[in-house]
Amino acid sequence: MDLLKANVVLDATGLACPIPIVKTKKAMKDVEAGQVIEVQATDKGSKADIEAWANSSGHQYLGTQEEGDTLKHYLRKASDEETIEKKHPNTATNEELASKLSENIVVLDVRESAEHAFNHIPSAVSIPLGELEDRINELNKDDEIYVVCRTGSRSDLAAQKLVEIGFKNVVNVLPGMIKWTRETTKLEN
Amino acid sequence: MAVNMMTAHQVTQKVFNKEELFILDVRNEDAFEDWKIEGEYFEYLNIPYFELLDGVEEILDKIPSNKEILVVCAKEGSSVMVAEMLSEAGLTVSYLQGGMKAWSEHLEPVKVGNLKDGGEIYQFVRIGKGCLSYMVISNGEAAIIDTTRMTDIFVNFATSKGVKITNVFDTHLHADHISGGRKIAEQTGATYWLPPKDAQEVTFEYAALEGGSVVTIGNTAIDIHALYSPGHTIGSTSFVVDEKFLLSGDILFIDSIGRPDLAGKAEDWVGDLKESLYSRYRALSEELVVLPAHFMIIDELNEDGSVAEKLGKLFAKNHGLNIEDEAEFRRLVTENLPPQPNAYQEIREINRGKITPEEEKQREMEIGPNRCAVR
Repeated sequence: MDLLKANVVLDATGLACPIPIVKTKKAMKDVEAGQVIEVQATDKGSKADIEAWANSSGHQYLGTQEEGDTLKHYLRKASDEETIEKKHPNTATNEELASKLSENIVVLDVRESAEHAFNHIPSAVSIPLGELEDRINELNKDDEIYVVCRTGSRSDLAAQKLVEIGFKNVVNVLPGMIKWTRETTKLEN
Repeated sequence: MAVNMMTAHQVTQKVFNKEELFILDVRNEDAFEDWKIEGEYFEYLNIPYFELLDGVEEILDKIPSNKEILVVCAKEGSSVMVAEMLSEAGLTVSYLQGGMKAWSEHLEPVKVGNLKDGGEIYQFVRIGKGCLSYMVISNGEAAIIDTTRMTDIFVNFATSKGVKITNVFDTHLHADHISGGRKIAEQTGATYWLPPKDAQEVTFEYAALEGGSVVTIGNTAIDIHALYSPGHTIGSTSFVVDEKFLLSGDILFIDSIGRPDLAGKAEDWVGDLKESLYSRYRALSEELVVLPAHFMIIDELNEDGSVAEKLGKLFAKNHGLNIEDEAEFRRLVTENLPPQPNAYQEIREINRGKITPEEEKQREMEIGPNRCAVR
């Protein structure tokens, strides 16, 4: 399951409630804002609790995968990306992107790979923002590229970067996946 | 100050005795909304334990100083943690041993009456879930009706009374809890009775319980008369015990009536339900004491913790027995029904013997209230 890349992996298997959450909270301190942590637990109740804890503490709960008796929970640490001013001029709304999906465009999802894996627009290509420069060869400069992330901030940075490199036709999608109500591909458990 | 442990039995006694208790429930908000410990004079505060990891200071002023405090969680661990934090902050508090898991499984035996020649009938109140089971004892023998998954409690109770379990009944194929009937029968050699119309897909041997069947417990002849009363399920059968008690299964409750939809046949079974309640039960003596298979709300408990009321009283007071208009009755039992019990379809499969998940999974499926009634 290498689609589900995590920056930090926490082993909380064999531990009963409340320890998995106590350990997650501690481990979260060492995770950088915007990074993904994978929490492995065997306590079945940890799923509902970790989701509720993430929501109340501002972190993003991505989803849970079951592997045998082990539950792997994926969380993305809260970041202040939403507050950064967006600069890329060429933007489209979610609805405008939806109406373009049948055309010859590229949807570039720059969220973390685990975020993409759990829920993404079916045709979207996943290149996390942090990997964009290294993987630029996977994109074609002449394509019409719609960049999407969760709230429009990372995609704004990605769009700026693409323009710098020489891409001509780059559109930032606002607000992004957080309000996407159309069809998505979800990770099967 | 100090942390004490409180058992499900002790909490049950507080419910029965209508005592005060302040419950700090540290489960998820969803879990609390769905299902909690109910008591007439209980007060609640729901703060998930993961909101308290940095300390309990912020909730101290919400916890009364003049009441007994019980911290409750799903399985005990988190309540111990929070109880210890409160204790360090200077409070004396208890935690619930085994958490809501233990609460869901606790059975409190309550004697509901004497039968002729020294016989007795006991009701086992599953206080956390609202399920009611029965044991009829007479002259060294016992019959159990609508047992729960916690079979040891019944077997040990019979042993403590010095009686042998000879017959085990289920009034119908249950959808809200896992029956222990087959297991007890296998363990004790007792006969396991099921209504054949509810047993069509079962994978095990059973004795067919038909309307009119009479089973005698003990040689002093306490008779259990089966009365076919379809509606909640197509096979639902009631029992008249010793001509005194009417075990109504999931057809008639104290303050509500059975819902006909849990097998997906609401429309088909409405007529049966009405016929059972308005004709078959009408023909019985109003002096019979109704002993249902569930209670829904804590108000249905009598002073001694039992759930029982005379049939005549129910005909006078139970709204579900007083709807003469067919269309209105149909609406009540088919529209705006409460949510279905947790995992009810899988539970039916288990009770048919088709699947046998491990115990932890079975426990999980039964979490939550029973929801077998409509009011």
